[in-house]
Amino acid sequence: MKVSILQFPGTNCEYDTQNAFEQLGATTEIVWHKSETIPVDTNLLVVAGGFSYGDYLRSGAIAKFSPVMKAVKEYASQGGKVLGICNGFQVLTESGLLPGALKRNESLHFISKHHTLKVVNNDNVFLENLNEGDVVNIPIAHHDGNFYIDQEGLKDLYANNQVLLKYSDAQGNDKNPNGSVDSIAGICNKEKNVFGLMPHPERAMETILGSNDGAKMLLGFLK
Amino acid sequence: MKVIVNVSLKAGVLDSQGKAVHHALDSLHFEGVSDVRVGKQIIFKLDTQDEVKARKDVTQMCEDLLANTVIEDYQIELIK
Repeated sequence: MKVSILQFPGTNCEYDTQNAFEQLGATTEIVWHKSETIPVDTNLLVVAGGFSYGDYLRSGAIAKFSPVMKAVKEYASQGGKVLGICNGFQVLTESGLLPGALKRNESLHFISKHHTLKVVNNDNVFLENLNEGDVVNIPIAHHDGNFYIDQEGLKDLYANNQVLLKYSDAQGNDKNPNGSVDSIAGICNKEKNVFGLMPHPERAMETILGSNDGAKMLLGFLK
Repeated sequence: MKVIVNVSLKAGVLDSQGKAVHHALDSLHFEGVSDVRVGKQIIFKLDTQDEVKARKDVTQMCEDLLANTVIEDYQIELIK
């Protein structure tokens, strides 16, 4: 199983992501954004977190024009699995691979803490190891994590089971840290091969560091 | 010519920064302030005198890069 991880100038979660997937038994390769291709044996492509291009203009706005993104779009259109974490989620919405947009947090604060999330749909490869209604503990660390989508887009997300995760309290009731529409923390595309979430499962791999719930999520990709 | 592009959140999309600025103006006792919106301005020179072409090109720049039309509107000003 091969996981390729994109690296833009300003990406800073590529090595955490690499460590997480290697811990789960995958081989990994970090792909610099100037590459016009992605490794042919890639089973999962991860757009890692960080601050690509310093978040200049908007988070993810400039990364979407990096040479590698053309290959990413082609890979996704052929059914390849793509996962965007945090800034990676922002890059995927900016690129049009996922619907909606990520706005500045409603409080205007950068939020960095562990947060509980509720699994909303598990009929997808990402969350199939979890049950609907499960609550997982995953860190969040973002300034622009306020998910926005218009009412029509929101209806579509629900109709196609594209809402994957919601911010919640420990009992699974909605609890909204950043102003996201319907407390949404993660979504996928209609075809269920492109996934995006603001929380960082790759930072939840060790109980000694607060949680290993991330492993259950990432393992779904490694079948 | 000189190009000024103003980008702001669409009406109906909550502008948290605008709200915070409004709140700060209130606490400074400036009265009668309403509808505060915070946006950004992108200014550049464009090497053409053809206003029609310039508007067409800048519109494309806004659609592709300068604005995220899911959440933002843009206005273009051309100064010869």
